[in-house]
Amino acid sequence: MSQTFAQKVLARAAGQPQVAVGQIVTVRPAHLLMHDNTAAIVGKLDKDLAEFGLVRRDLPIIVLDHVIPASDEKTATGHAKVRAFVEKHGVQNFFDVGEGICHQVVIEKGFARPGTIIVGSDSHTCSYGAVGVFATGIDRTEAAALLLTGETWLKVPPTIRITLRGRLSPPVSAKDLILRIIGDIGADGADYAAVEFHGDVRHLTIAERFTIANMGVEMGAKITVFPVDEVATEYLFAAGVPRDRYEAVWADPQAPYARELTYDLAALEPVVAAPHTVDNVLPVGRVAGKRIHQALLGTCTNGRLSDLHAAAAILRGRKVSAKVRLLVLPASRDVYTAASRDGTLAALTEAGAVILPPGCGPCLGAHQGILAPGEVCLSTSNRNFKGRMGCKEGEIYLASPATVAASALRGEITDPRTVG
Amino acid sequence: MKVWHYGDDINTDLLFPGKYTYTCATPDEIRPHLLEDLDATFAQGVQPGDVLVVGRNFGCGSSREQPVVGLKAVGVAAIVAKSFARIFYRAAINQGLLLIECPAAVDAYRAGSTLSIDAAGGTITVDGRAYSFPKLPPEIMAIGEAGGLLEYTRKKLRAQRAG
Repeated sequence: MSQTFAQKVLARAAGQPQVAVGQIVTVRPAHLLMHDNTAAIVGKLDKDLAEFGLVRRDLPIIVLDHVIPASDEKTATGHAKVRAFVEKHGVQNFFDVGEGICHQVVIEKGFARPGTIIVGSDSHTCSYGAVGVFATGIDRTEAAALLLTGETWLKVPPTIRITLRGRLSPPVSAKDLILRIIGDIGADGADYAAVEFHGDVRHLTIAERFTIANMGVEMGAKITVFPVDEVATEYLFAAGVPRDRYEAVWADPQAPYARELTYDLAALEPVVAAPHTVDNVLPVGRVAGKRIHQALLGTCTNGRLSDLHAAAAILRGRKVSAKVRLLVLPASRDVYTAASRDGTLAALTEAGAVILPPGCGPCLGAHQGILAPGEVCLSTSNRNFKGRMGCKEGEIYLASPATVAASALRGEITDPRTVG
Repeated sequence: MKVWHYGDDINTDLLFPGKYTYTCATPDEIRPHLLEDLDATFAQGVQPGDVLVVGRNFGCGSSREQPVVGLKAVGVAAIVAKSFARIFYRAAINQGLLLIECPAAVDAYRAGSTLSIDAAGGTITVDGRAYSFPKLPPEIMAIGEAGGLLEYTRKKLRAQRAG
């Protein structure tokens, strides 16, 4: 019987010929992603680790990224606990402050191998679907248990198939596409479901697929996944993962789908997600002219080199509005270094930007760019929830790098197609 | 027993603001900030045995588990929702917090309605009318019955070692 991507990966992982939607299977993930929250996880496990031991030294990938460099004594102590855990148990894959945002690091360093399962104690773990991984978020207690057992259970999800037709016409971007999809199906439109992307995906770079897969959780998806084509194979090879290191999986042609949608990429326009839900999606023209105080470019959603290039193309040789603070968060040290070498960071700073360390920055409201009451931030990040940037009387609008750059120039939300 | 009634798409930032995620881990640290940006009266007013009745997609957003740990610690007996976001749902299983997916009961509930829950029987009664809800599969129920995932895991590992 024809099976979806999710069914095929989970059947293989469970050692069964096939699995049915709704069935519960036990799996042993290839990796477990954790970040600053490792401190709280290992705090629960001291005695257990002494009694049972860490199940596999190559299971966890730990990346310090959420509050980096440490903002106060408490977060510094958390980081110190993580380093001590890594040292004591010989954790093989550890990335300290400055290496990058966990999801970017996982893909960039070659941990995301097609056809495998990766779980992570971070909701945006779904990003690795960009390269054909069954990747999904879990809570940190489950991460703690995984350190001891190496296994967990997953329920086989139903699947939504989204077919893409044609190509994006810049400055319309992958961010506009995924926001449009979330706006259409709603913040719970894919709850518990897998989302497969089909059609003309060959026109999308891995950076673009990453942006799309990253936001799957904002429509409730368990996984968001792309086929492993030539584009992905080349990317993986460059990341140190040659084709003989993985066995890619894709849905059968007649696989059963709970829902099917089609998008004509050429017909899309720039959009924003207005406060305070990600599915509150409007054409940018509907809010053009809205005064902004802060502009955030980067994060795990849009902090790759091509995103910084899209913004620099608009900002080079110009000045950001004196009324706007433009903050830039490159997604990793590699992105930071490449953008530094090719002059992108200089173009951005000369235009008035502040470059932050490659981490999560103000996205989750912990530090480095908290809003004041009444302030508005236009951001390339993935959440605009009330209070998300540290202040419940602040407002966050989500948009693409081009829209954020154009808006930073003018000091108000601006359609990037109107900035030459 | 008090019922706390909220709407759709209540995300984990509203249940526990992100700015506290790396400085608050224990139930005592979490409690004062529970639902801080949603309902400023909740943290002070909630009592053991209280119930939340909420709309669709409850607990969407971040994977932070402080909302579940906090709600369990203050003694919330159950959350009745039209639907839950999946990471929150797993977190609740792992902490032994009872979640009930029952859209009809949520639709029937009005401010001041009487409400009672029979978890073992799988029914919820609103203003005298009973609604049934699906129970978790036995292998998942076992996690909550063991006192949460960590306790469940310890028992399993010790049994394996002994076996």
